[in-house]
Amino acid sequence: MACGSIKRSGSDFLDTQVLIIGGGITGVGLARDLALRGVHSVLVEKRDIAAGASGANHGLLHSGARYVRSDPTAAVECREESVLLKRLAGHCIEDAGGLFVAVEGDDEAYVADFPSLCARCGIACTAISTAEARELEPVLSERLIAAFQVADASVDPFHLCLDNISEALELGSRVMLHTRVVAFDQDRGRIRRVRLINDETGEKSTIAPDLVVNAAGAWAREVAAIAGIEMDLLYSKGSLLITDQRLTQRVINRLRPASDADILVPGGTVSILGTTSIRIDRLDQIVPTVAESDHIVETAAAMVPSLNSTRYIRAYAGVRPLVGSKSLDDGRALSRGFALLDHAADGVENLISIVGGKLTTYRLMAEKTADRVCRRLGVDRPCLTAVRPLKSFPANQWTAAGLSPRLWMKANAPGDLLLCECEMVPASAVNAVIESIHSQGGSPSLYAIGRRSRVGKGTCQGAFCGLRINAYLYDQGRLEGRQGLTDLRSFLSARWRGMRPILWGTSMLQEELQEAVHCGYLGLELGRRR
Amino acid sequence: MTDTETITCDLCVVGSGMAGMSAALFAASRGLATVLVGRTGEIIFATGLLDLMGVHPLEAGRLWSDPWAGIDALVRDLPQHPYGRVPPGAIRAAFEEILKFLESQGLSYTGFPERNAAVLTSAGTVKVTYRVPLTMWSGVTARQSKTSCLLVDIQGFKGFSARQIVSTAASAWPGLRTVKLVFPGANPEGEVFAERMARALEMEAQREQWAAILKPHIQGASVVGVPAILGISRSTEVMRDIEKRIGCPVFEIPTMPPGVTGLRLKEAFERGLASRKVHLLLENKVFRASAFPGDGFLLEAGRMEPERTIRSAAVLLATGRFMGGGLQADRHAVRESLFNLPVHQPERREQWHREDFMDRRGHPVNRAGLETDEFFRPTDASGRPAHPRLFAAGSILAHQDWMRMKCGSGLALATAYAAVASAKAELQKG
Repeated sequence: MACGSIKRSGSDFLDTQVLIIGGGITGVGLARDLALRGVHSVLVEKRDIAAGASGANHGLLHSGARYVRSDPTAAVECREESVLLKRLAGHCIEDAGGLFVAVEGDDEAYVADFPSLCARCGIACTAISTAEARELEPVLSERLIAAFQVADASVDPFHLCLDNISEALELGSRVMLHTRVVAFDQDRGRIRRVRLINDETGEKSTIAPDLVVNAAGAWAREVAAIAGIEMDLLYSKGSLLITDQRLTQRVINRLRPASDADILVPGGTVSILGTTSIRIDRLDQIVPTVAESDHIVETAAAMVPSLNSTRYIRAYAGVRPLVGSKSLDDGRALSRGFALLDHAADGVENLISIVGGKLTTYRLMAEKTADRVCRRLGVDRPCLTAVRPLKSFPANQWTAAGLSPRLWMKANAPGDLLLCECEMVPASAVNAVIESIHSQGGSPSLYAIGRRSRVGKGTCQGAFCGLRINAYLYDQGRLEGRQGLTDLRSFLSARWRGMRPILWGTSMLQEELQEAVHCGYLGLELGRRR
Repeated sequence: MTDTETITCDLCVVGSGMAGMSAALFAASRGLATVLVGRTGEIIFATGLLDLMGVHPLEAGRLWSDPWAGIDALVRDLPQHPYGRVPPGAIRAAFEEILKFLESQGLSYTGFPERNAAVLTSAGTVKVTYRVPLTMWSGVTARQSKTSCLLVDIQGFKGFSARQIVSTAASAWPGLRTVKLVFPGANPEGEVFAERMARALEMEAQREQWAAILKPHIQGASVVGVPAILGISRSTEVMRDIEKRIGCPVFEIPTMPPGVTGLRLKEAFERGLASRKVHLLLENKVFRASAFPGDGFLLEAGRMEPERTIRSAAVLLATGRFMGGGLQADRHAVRESLFNLPVHQPERREQWHREDFMDRRGHPVNRAGLETDEFFRPTDASGRPAHPRLFAAGSILAHQDWMRMKCGSGLALATAYAAVASAKAELQKG
């Protein structure tokens, strides 16, 4: 059980040690780190695990080579952390290797400097001929002028986040999904109570932590504002596209100063292409656009020409929260490093914000933050995440593309019907995922199931599996009343944001089928009106 | 297949969805030598419900109980809608002719005079439609009178949950109850499929077993609902027989497409068209089409490659939209696939779809398509008919959104009827 406690809508409550706000990789990494040190926390997440940038990136475990020029410190951190994670969290990682390639017209001086810049950061980098590169990855352009091999890898960010939170839960921490902070009750420079609301159930609760850690990613500014603190945070939107097939075995980076659409990362049976970098002012603008998808395709085709004709199944966007000066106008030029902001300086002594950083260095960020938390709590326990392997939880493995069909065919269990036929997700996997959602205090909606599995991620993009799984959930008594329709609508809306920018070619046909079923037949667009 | 066979005809209908099948029927019945070329199109996804007109204006989500009044309002507000070019009398005649034809093929339809019916869907929502297969009719009347009803679920049948329907529809139809049964002869652990069950129920022994399993569960229910599995070519007969055995009315609920409801239409049309001497080239695709000004058309068709040449005096395009293959989109524009006819469409791809999938107004690209003259001849860039004997019907036409307006079958039937009449008149000119 948790050390602290939560009192629902009441007046009396016990103290908890740490409240973590945000269920992205930073928050869940911190929850695990603290739990391993014997410090139990309560993590509140206003949507779901990895619902923000943690679930909307390339899934690239950087060797560090990408940052050798722009940010050598970050490059070294990436090198060290990626080596560590391959050893300790290998089940979430595919050690695919990576290539940096330049094409005709790219800056040759940048190419020439690359090996020595890598060497300076201790990053292994091997020059190979362009012919060798094309032999390794036949889809590469004929117009290659240089190629280097590096130790990039791909990581499944959902799996990584879920295993971190599962281990923290197993060690006695708590998580509250769909729960957001409404108010900080402050008194004499301290947060005494935090008022929460669950947006799914409407249930209110209060929690009294010793320390609050704001790990809300792009939403950190909004959380700080609830405490009356102004935070200088900039938002840079990055959009990415998913192809329906895996195009390369390795991570392909364009060898040039960081720019748009210069990384192609394999992830199981698909490839992910991105990104863009667009400064946005509001967090409701995190949507991939038609213009971005065109720009990504056209730009990246210089590196891999078949990207012009390949089929895309979805687009998505995430936000890089950047702490820094407002005078810079390209989001990428700001530090990718992270900032640990102690708000004692702002007059709130038990609030810390951890902002920025990247997936590859999440463990390090969690370590630094946990060190600070422990110091403040007077706990003297060493960090264990650099030596203790991340525990693998079977219920969290369903996010991996291509895994489900293998397990299903191997098990060959009679009666285990496939509910998602594109990605071959059987009822048994859906059941396991539902159990894990319950263990996280969530409710098994289509959306929550989709986040923890491949459901809705195949070519039908939810058009058919959404209906099948809804029927299954009703049949199992897990849905009542008209809740299934509400869930289906929000699931389809979420899928739609990713479909809209890539609707051309075969995807138009898929869209038409989806609309014919959901609107033409079921009339979902007509809502509850008679 | 080295040397290609040549087929000569008056009218070549391209496309085998509702519009193409209906057009071929109308043409053959009017004495035109007709060829129908088409792959298995959208028709297998059909729910079997024949919509005429349901929603207008879209932004208000107004549902019409009288579809004819709905059409009047639609044509007044959107005169470019294809219904604006077919007089109501012709729409009625088209429905009448098709329904009579389907009945002759064992697929009987019914409905309220002059009024839409409300049909329960597999998600528990209610769909407004015009003509309903007889096998679904008891559900319409039972729902209206809130009759006590038993909904049957089948073990291992994915995408259909009687509990879901009951749970979702309970407030409007409180007298619903469910039971889950194993289909006779099916492995209770395995998956069962609508088509296989439907074909099984065409056999008397299977119906007898099914009725025996069903009967003890009826108890107080006055009507029994089942997923659409009551046979394929003789569904009315299958239903009547089961009703007799269990002593209570039975109705079907359309299942998640593709289901047997689409297959019934496909098979009924194929049988009926063949017997009316339509030259059917099913599972065929038109690879190339050439139009000769002042003369007819040459079309090269085949399964995987051109195998035969069709020489026709007139062509009727019923190739559908993206699913049917009549329209294609790349990142820049929507194109017509066969003759590269001009396609009315939004200016930029950004305008094709709205930001919200469920936006009541519908997506602008859904109204993209071919513009025609009053005789359903697609027009060229100058606004004149692209060819005097090239016609178009069905969902490829511009200025309609059949999925949102709930006018798909009506659009197919009415425009096929009108286009065939124009084609015939044009051909008679010699």
